[in-house]
Amino acid sequence: MANVLAFSETRLGELRRAGLETVTAARQVADATGGQVHAVLVGAPGVAQHAAKLAAHGADVVLVMEHDAFTHYNPEAVTATLAARLGSGYRAAFFAASAMGHDLVARVAAKMKLAYASDVTEFTLSGDSVAVAHPGYTNKIVQRFVLKATPALISLRAGAVLPAESAKAGTVETLTPAVEPASVRVKVTLTEKAAGGKIDLGEAPVIVAGGRGLKEAANFALVEALAAAFGNAAVGATRAVTDDGWRPHSDQIGQTGRLVSPDLYVACGISGAIQHLAGMRTSKTIVAINKDKEAPIFKAADYGIVGDVMEVLPVLTEAVKAARAGA
Amino acid sequence: MSDFDGYAAEVAIQITEKLGAGEVTVISLGPDVVQESLRKALSMGAHRAVQLKHDAPVSDGLAIASALAAELKDGGYDLVMCGRMAVDTQNRSVGIFIAELLGLPVISAISQLNVEGGLVKARRELEGAYELIECPLPAVVTIDEGIARARYPSLKGIMAAKKKPLDVKPAQLGAVTYALEKMELPAERAAGRIIGEGKDAVPELVRLLKEEAKVL
Repeated sequence: MANVLAFSETRLGELRRAGLETVTAARQVADATGGQVHAVLVGAPGVAQHAAKLAAHGADVVLVMEHDAFTHYNPEAVTATLAARLGSGYRAAFFAASAMGHDLVARVAAKMKLAYASDVTEFTLSGDSVAVAHPGYTNKIVQRFVLKATPALISLRAGAVLPAESAKAGTVETLTPAVEPASVRVKVTLTEKAAGGKIDLGEAPVIVAGGRGLKEAANFALVEALAAAFGNAAVGATRAVTDDGWRPHSDQIGQTGRLVSPDLYVACGISGAIQHLAGMRTSKTIVAINKDKEAPIFKAADYGIVGDVMEVLPVLTEAVKAARAGA
Repeated sequence: MSDFDGYAAEVAIQITEKLGAGEVTVISLGPDVVQESLRKALSMGAHRAVQLKHDAPVSDGLAIASALAAELKDGGYDLVMCGRMAVDTQNRSVGIFIAELLGLPVISAISQLNVEGGLVKARRELEGAYELIECPLPAVVTIDEGIARARYPSLKGIMAAKKKPLDVKPAQLGAVTYALEKMELPAERAAGRIIGEGKDAVPELVRLLKEEAKVL
């Protein structure tokens, strides 16, 4: 009957989708074991407004920790508080496999001297152990681990569990910081959204990505135009392109960059080096446009067009616009 | 040497070059094959190397960090740098565990680094955003993309590396509670098809995206 904790991530006062995924995952475990779901909300004063949404997704209790020193991510104060709370007896705790979640789950595990499971795509609890799957060897392999630690600390890959409604009471309780939040060693001094309010690569249903086949940075305008035509698309790039400074490193998809699995991935002028494929091969549908018909990207793609991206992209952009206008 | 470890070695070497002082020690835990990575870091410009010898594969980050922290417990450094993650297990845990075991502040997955006035100032990329973070030295940082590319060792560097110290010691691993059961290949993608050439293929692509893939 032990309870399950879900860390519900917020950024600059906004609840992130990952924050609902962790609550849904915790709900699944609690429904199987008979425990309660305790969701944790941390932020500047006012963050408690998201409690109702967490309740709608299955939180029996919402633990709220508000303080001006939580305007930005405050890793040390949140870690100390969660480690103390989890020490009081939980079966499992879910975090997002996000930049914040990766950092936080490791800190909490370190504080509790426990191993944890990172970037998990599947999990099964049984007795005192948890079987988990997560990608390894730059996503070329699925690794299955057994974690024998209580609580089982797990970070969930985005999309591994989709947010689902399951209304519960969501009783709001105040969580008191275990250390003074303003007197910590590690301080985040600024959190800033990327320019232009872009959709993030990890959250976009459609990604249009460009490679060296675009020949120069200015031609990324064609990729941007196709992304805009889809309306819900983010722009990605290969490492060759980010190394050349055509795009920021944060746009890089692949082995050492972002790992993405959108509904649709459009690879424009990308040859399909294994390092790039590692970052996007789990996309649901892959389209490749490349002038070399022997390019490895065509082996990964559902639909291929052999041709010059400079010629194909403008036509495709217009066709996508027309299709969406007609839909 | 994994990419992230290469970046970490590069940044460390750049700091000592800029200061004209200080030493870079590279440490790796594993079987004798890790000596190749250590020699590479020495040939890039690191000053000394330590192999914590352990022959069996281990994927428990806490067990690994315990051995590394034991090696680091006597201090003598200002900054400990690790790659953001091992590219095999992809756990992202060791740097943060080391910091906790040593009682040091840690900033993970940084894409920029400045060390000034006893402070570490760093940037971390978030999903669609970034944050700036600082903490006092001594500290641990883990290194992401964007910060530096590992240099290619020069011939002179390779020759010099042969004379630099590489100590081999047994690793003192902690208890293992996270163990690999098995590995399998991800589900194969169904064979794709080339639907045509040039812009004439666009109408068929749009039809397939609408009717077959249902993503439009």
